[in-house]
Amino acid sequence: MANEVCFRNMDLERPWLMEQYRSRGGYDMLTRILQQKTPPDQIIDEVKASGLRGRGGAGFPTGLKWSFISRNAPGQKYVVCNSDEGEPGTFKDRDILRYNPHQLIEGMIIAGYAIGATVGFNYIRGEFWEPYERFEAALQEAREAGFLGTDLLGSGFDFELHSHLGGGAYVCGEETALLESIEGKKGQPRYKPPFPAHFGLYGRPTIINNTESLASIPVILEQGGAWFKNLGVENSGGAKLFSISGNINNPGVFEIPMGTPFSTLLEMAGGMKDGRRLKAVIPGGSSSPVIPGEQMMELTMDYDAIAKAGSMLGSGAVIVLDDSNCMVKILERMSWFYAEESCGQCTPCREGTGWLYRVVSRIENGQGRPEDLDLLDDMTVKIAGRTICALGDAAAMPVQGMLKHFREEFEYHIEHKKCMVD
Amino acid sequence: MGFKNAPMTTIKPFQAKQTLFNPEVRAEIDKWMAKYPGEWKQSAVMAALRLVQDDNGGYLTEELMDQVAAYLDMPPIAVYEVATFYSMYELKPVGRHKVCVCTNVSCMINGSDRIVEHMQKRLGIRLGETSEDGRITLKEVECLGACGGAPMFQIGKKYYENLTPELIDSILDGLE
Repeated sequence: MANEVCFRNMDLERPWLMEQYRSRGGYDMLTRILQQKTPPDQIIDEVKASGLRGRGGAGFPTGLKWSFISRNAPGQKYVVCNSDEGEPGTFKDRDILRYNPHQLIEGMIIAGYAIGATVGFNYIRGEFWEPYERFEAALQEAREAGFLGTDLLGSGFDFELHSHLGGGAYVCGEETALLESIEGKKGQPRYKPPFPAHFGLYGRPTIINNTESLASIPVILEQGGAWFKNLGVENSGGAKLFSISGNINNPGVFEIPMGTPFSTLLEMAGGMKDGRRLKAVIPGGSSSPVIPGEQMMELTMDYDAIAKAGSMLGSGAVIVLDDSNCMVKILERMSWFYAEESCGQCTPCREGTGWLYRVVSRIENGQGRPEDLDLLDDMTVKIAGRTICALGDAAAMPVQGMLKHFREEFEYHIEHKKCMVD
Repeated sequence: MGFKNAPMTTIKPFQAKQTLFNPEVRAEIDKWMAKYPGEWKQSAVMAALRLVQDDNGGYLTEELMDQVAAYLDMPPIAVYEVATFYSMYELKPVGRHKVCVCTNVSCMINGSDRIVEHMQKRLGIRLGETSEDGRITLKEVECLGACGGAPMFQIGKKYYENLTPELIDSILDGLE
């Protein structure tokens, strides 16, 4: 089965409109919660039972994250949605914003109710103008219908929701950098602890979740946590959006149960372009280590299976590479990205990402030295785990993956000063 | 807890705010400011910079950044930090249309090199440059989150996906 959670309205015409969303039971869950004054702990327990894990890439259990907030602490609390979709290869949250914005809004209001927050912000990357306008129009509809504002449906619960537009910075997808950005600063990640649940936006208790995580909430509560969990497999509850791109016939976003074989997903995406051979797959966004094609064809799309193969499911961004690709050139481009996007705060990342790029680049351009591969290995160890946020790790992991699986291509480049693939 | 979080407010707030910008831009900035807690006017700095940049033909000057600082009661340095950190702010004049081409992995393996080459040849400029008539600036950008439509670029607020040289010609011809 496909399209059961975030994409369940996709068959409707203009699914982004309130009336269409409501025709499938949209806002019924919120209405029931507000009218019956459902105990917040019951909601959090249901989310925990669903096995939902953060869909932005880290995979942290959503219900557990919510339970870190002390609901009765006095003062303002916040719900923040991370729609700063920037991991190369990921383009699913854009579709939620464009096609199903109301489900995200409903999920955010419920999240606010569950943790006792009355204000939410949706941080949308600045380049997403069309999705931003869609989301704004949906906010307007929700406000007019009485789902946003004060005393929602006479329940005494207030909730206001705003969008905040980014300005072009990958690192703002890191949750504390995103909070800094909302506070009107450059997006440099904060030290943790304290975690946002205690010291978040404006120093107040905050939960911050990915767009897909929050948009899953209304359906999880409607169908029950157990239902959602059973869509997937052990440790990977539910269905998930996979953004699949690269050398394939029909790239796009597909919502499929966790644990679906990669081969099925590839088939849904139209198979390999021009009948070429599958060489490798980057399974979870450009930060996740590459997996060779033959190995990937045996794997299922869930957290454990991909982790066992030495990579990460990440945000579910699958980049498919055929045998016309030079892995050195691919890695050169990826390393350039991390060097460009490092915020500059931690020395190992600021300097290290530049060095990774320069060394990979000299190999690609026929200037590589025999000792370069050991040098790269050594650098990745000196970056990963030594920085405030995970951007350093994200730069190191693709290098490690490439050297593990395609070392001979790098060696060939160094020795022959040209590419193995023409 | 040894953590503190306070806005970077100026000591002497600028009084004559109605002399800054035009009424439309001020009204838009005010709309953004209203979203945030009263003492956190600076949360509107990103929106303010974008609005002022759009109103100034696509780029920011030091004078405009200083005005944003004055309007939001921020020290100018705090505004410069933001304007120089995020890639969507331009600190030098740009063409009437800014074409932002993605060259990241999914676009690259779907031919973004050819797309870039085609535009460079057609416009007679390199990435990062503006055509002589001031019409178009070419800019290389990182993943724009539309990999399913690779190769792609953004012009102004709009995405164009599944680009081919022919499609690019018709898009560029359609620009003023």
